Amino acid sequence: MNWKTFFALLSRDAHVARRNFIQLLLQTFLQPMMFVFIFGRVMVSSGYMPPVYKSLLLPGIMAISMIFTGVWAVAMPLIGEFQFTHEIEDRLLAPIENSWVAIEKVFFGAAQAVIAGLAVIPAAWLLLRPVELNLSSPARFIGITLLVAFLSACGGLALGCSIDQTKIGLMFSLVLTPMIFFGCTYYPWSALANFPILQKIVLVNPLVYASEGLRGTLVPQFPHLPIIAVLLGLLIFDVLFLLLGLRQFRKKAVA
Amino acid sequence: MIAGIRTRDLRKVYSSAPPLAAGGGFTGWRKSKQPAREVVALDGLSLDVNPGEIFGLLGPNGAGKSTTVGILTTRVRPTGGQAWIGDYDVWAQQVEVKRLIGVVGQRPNLDFTLTAREILLFHGAYFGIDSQTRTARAAELLDRFKLTDRADQLARGFSGGMMQRLSIARAMMHDPQVLFLDEPSAGLDPQTRLLLWEIIREYNQSGKTILLTTHNMEEADALCQRLAIIDHGRNIALGTPAELKASVPGGFLLRLRFENHSPELIERLNRLAGVREVRLNADEEDGHKADVYADRGGSLVSEIANLAAGCSVELSDVHISEPSLENLFLHHTGRSLRE
Repeated sequence: MNWKTFFALLSRDAHVARRNFIQLLLQTFLQPMMFVFIFGRVMVSSGYMPPVYKSLLLPGIMAISMIFTGVWAVAMPLIGEFQFTHEIEDRLLAPIENSWVAIEKVFFGAAQAVIAGLAVIPAAWLLLRPVELNLSSPARFIGITLLVAFLSACGGLALGCSIDQTKIGLMFSLVLTPMIFFGCTYYPWSALANFPILQKIVLVNPLVYASEGLRGTLVPQFPHLPIIAVLLGLLIFDVLFLLLGLRQFRKKAVA
Repeated sequence: MIAGIRTRDLRKVYSSAPPLAAGGGFTGWRKSKQPAREVVALDGLSLDVNPGEIFGLLGPNGAGKSTTVGILTTRVRPTGGQAWIGDYDVWAQQVEVKRLIGVVGQRPNLDFTLTAREILLFHGAYFGIDSQTRTARAAELLDRFKLTDRADQLARGFSGGMMQRLSIARAMMHDPQVLFLDEPSAGLDPQTRLLLWEIIREYNQSGKTILLTTHNMEEADALCQRLAIIDHGRNIALGTPAELKASVPGGFLLRLRFENHSPELIERLNRLAGVREVRLNADEEDGHKADVYADRGGSLVSEIANLAAGCSVELSDVHISEPSLENLFLHHTGRSLRE
């Protein structure tokens, strides 16, 4: 393993991210903040939603921001670079195994997801005040946050290496949007109890484990999936998406 | 260590259409159940490129040049056969091979989010070059390729010729032992082409092996110490440009077109002094063509015209080429390089 090359690849991505900072910022924050504002402020202050909903909403918003950021940070450049600009060819010719070029992207995407997730907390907190956060176990929170970050980046790798650039729109409407709505982001999983079949089906949605996990560590006063189920679910999806993504990446890297 | 290039019985069969310039493309999820179309790009290609030489792969579009470069640069998986750069097996020891090679692809693949200087600097960093050395080397290359005044602008806005120059500078950034140039002068103006040729020769003189592909005879003739002419994925001729040109019977080629066909005329053409070989293409739609290989050119024309008149055949077109690689290609394949 050639760490010099690996870090050079990381610093290239960091350099590009710095250059596109404003764009990244809008991409990451605009949607979740609008959501926080409408559901957390407008709906609550007008009495359509109980104030307690604000605390329930925050972990879900954090999960959405992380998943979106990670998927976007990995999938979009890969789609463009493999199919349109071919920029990635220079990195595929760097003295490092091709898989590590993909793993570098995953690390970078995960780091961006962590930053997005951590930045959403104070931003949402400011908009929603007061929110009842009960961070009982920081270690558990860090572990789950990292697993969610890698979930998003590995998912981005798998998506970015499997989707044709003409079908990016479909990726959003068929994959990401249903994932968000059926991902227990705006409601806890237990709220689906009246829809028992749906409640089982949504368990194949990795976002469920992300939002339930963050809910379980940030606002444990609300019902949430057991932490062990969350950890297991996140771990399985992380590994699954990573293996699938690497396979697709290797296929695309070599003709 | 100066590294050479070796291939043995290299085969490549694409099961979908070969990707543009063999650099990898996207096939997506298979949409139909129809069996994939197989395209044989390389059909048992064996080459030996000596360390320190400029070697040319010459052939028409689709001959397998880019696929050969793709395999030798780890970007295309061979269906069969083996390839080595120096002592390293290209497929089995990819990282070692990537350290030794610099590659200029046929299509631009510059990092559009970076400036010209950053492209060189990051490329150097991928190869573990320390910061001071790479800053100096980048400045030197930008100057050599006349890009200094645009060095700190994004490559996205560059013209095709500038992108090509920057691609070549990037490939030289880590001072590779073996440099691959796939159609290096495509899209360059004549002046830049000359600059490029000078840089290639200079790089070669510093002890580096260079493999370039081209379908430009002039370029192959001017630059390459040895050439392989490939067609349909096979090596059909190999040697120095002079040797190859001498291998064409006579050297001169007269392409004739007659209004009608006369076996008697062909027989008489064969007996003309200086004529080495006459080849017929009678199935062409626009008349009857004959390629006459001879050791003289213009002075034959009046004799041919007289013979034709004597056989009541009208000569409608004559084209004379002097000894060239183009004639060689035609002689071996029956097709012009431009066809």
